[in-house]
Amino acid sequence: MKGQVVATNESNPASLGANPGLSSTPGYGSRDLFTETPFVRKKKRTEYLVEAIFFLMTLLMVVPLIFIVCYLFYRAAPALSIDFLFSAPTSGMRGGGIWPALLGTLYLVILSLLVSAPIGVLAAVYLNEYARDNWLTRIINLAVVNLAGVPSIVHALFGVGAFVLFARMGRSILAASLTLAIMTLPVIIAATKEALSAVPMAFREACWNVGASRWQTIRGIVLPNSISGILTGIILQVSRAAGETAPIMFTGAVFYKAISEGDIFAYGLFDQCMALSMHLFTISTQVPNVPEAIPYATAVVLLGTVLLVNMLAIVFRVYLRSRKKW
Amino acid sequence: MSAPEKFSIETEKLNLWYDDFQALMNVSVKMKDGLITGLIGPSGCGKTTLLRCFNRVNERYGNVTTTGQIKILGKNIYDPDVSLPEMRKAVGMVFQRPNPLPISVYENIMFGLRIHSERASLKKSAADEIVEKSLTEVFLWDDLKDKLKKKATALQLEQQQKLCIARLLPLKPQVILMDEPCSSLDAESTRAIEEMMLNLAGRYTMVIVTHNMAQARRVSDECLFMLMGEVIEHSRTQSLFLTPRDSRTADYIEGRYG
Repeated sequence: MKGQVVATNESNPASLGANPGLSSTPGYGSRDLFTETPFVRKKKRTEYLVEAIFFLMTLLMVVPLIFIVCYLFYRAAPALSIDFLFSAPTSGMRGGGIWPALLGTLYLVILSLLVSAPIGVLAAVYLNEYARDNWLTRIINLAVVNLAGVPSIVHALFGVGAFVLFARMGRSILAASLTLAIMTLPVIIAATKEALSAVPMAFREACWNVGASRWQTIRGIVLPNSISGILTGIILQVSRAAGETAPIMFTGAVFYKAISEGDIFAYGLFDQCMALSMHLFTISTQVPNVPEAIPYATAVVLLGTVLLVNMLAIVFRVYLRSRKKW
Repeated sequence: MSAPEKFSIETEKLNLWYDDFQALMNVSVKMKDGLITGLIGPSGCGKTTLLRCFNRVNERYGNVTTTGQIKILGKNIYDPDVSLPEMRKAVGMVFQRPNPLPISVYENIMFGLRIHSERASLKKSAADEIVEKSLTEVFLWDDLKDKLKKKATALQLEQQQKLCIARLLPLKPQVILMDEPCSSLDAESTRAIEEMMLNLAGRYTMVIVTHNMAQARRVSDECLFMLMGEVIEHSRTQSLFLTPRDSRTADYIEGRYG
């Protein structure tokens, strides 16, 4: 019996294993050898279809983006000028420029970054490189992840309670920046941790095995190899800090503030300030009869500011890379 | 070779547990100064664990409990006054997969010295000399002298592995531990690494873990056969392979299990 089975298998290798769904390969010299079978045609159709869907989705993402930017510029064009950037609003926001808001946003973003970037990066380094895996670190990690998902209005209320009232900063640039910093901190920590853990363990082992301390390992190998990822995380938070309205409107941003035009040191830490996001919100919803181009121009400036700060970070990244010794 | 007996590595009643699993059982061995000692045995017999004990890297992996003594150059490395960085300077390790740092060849060699010395104490000319000497020792200087600025992770595997050994030399180690240093290399590269090891023999005490019986025979002076966490036999390589005292050793080297 056993002998028979072996014999049939040898005479027709294609039937080996008797897989019911699998069509057999045509024999030696056959014209149909390696040609398309109906099943392969079906596979090909699916392949085309899937690729088309993915491409469509990419298009769906890119086209509105381009459309938004073009439309913004088109509607903003009548109002956009250098003068618009550097002059104060006039006639109850219905004319003039946006200088106080532009400067206010720059103050808020840069100050909040000065607080959140160092704290965030160093905390992430500690969590990823030093902290032992115990219940405390696990709770901290969990807290970081959850904090990243807290809505910005909640951060705003926290800012009012902690900075404006409890720390007696009042409604000020300082309180608003700190609120923004608290809001961006968890995401910066998460992004930095991600970037750090992408550095292969073998590099760290190599360092430890020649007797490097943890700090020497971090300074010499881990940070240089993760700085791009870390900066990317920070850049994204810059955009978020510049764009959010809720956290600043209770903590330091105001409807109108007169400052001297063109002076970049016009605000003090404990002044209230205008901000682009808040300005855009008020002139498009609270003030009647604003010329249409002005909100659009404000949006363009907000977009431009974010891109500018991002550009700075990218230049910094390129500079860091060029300084490496390889 | 038959100088007065001096032991670079001695262990006494060394036991090691990973959580509840005992990986080393009463290991007492003495490895002679300047020799190449081969650690052989089937997978999971504890040879890599034993190797990792010698510079205390084991401690970084999970729940490890150790009892007993390990003396390197006569000093118990579990003594409280032992500084890990200083100890690891003297006991270098080479891994299964080459792990050069993602910096230039030159900086890879200098990395160890830089982290062990004050910034200002290293002169450029002295550094150049150290790099040349270290690379020459591992037969890499001719290949790489024009590529010192090249990123080390872009080298061929064989060159990477040699570089990993060269990287230890500026620290003037006494002991070099190798954990299957050739297992990711082809036959030609393996031969090159072995040649390099024989070149270093005598000046450094080397311990090599290997799965390759022929390699153990070719490069080691003494061999240590392990099974299930125990040292079964430790003798000169020649006699271990030709006239094994224990039947389990004989079975293993004849390929009856592995």
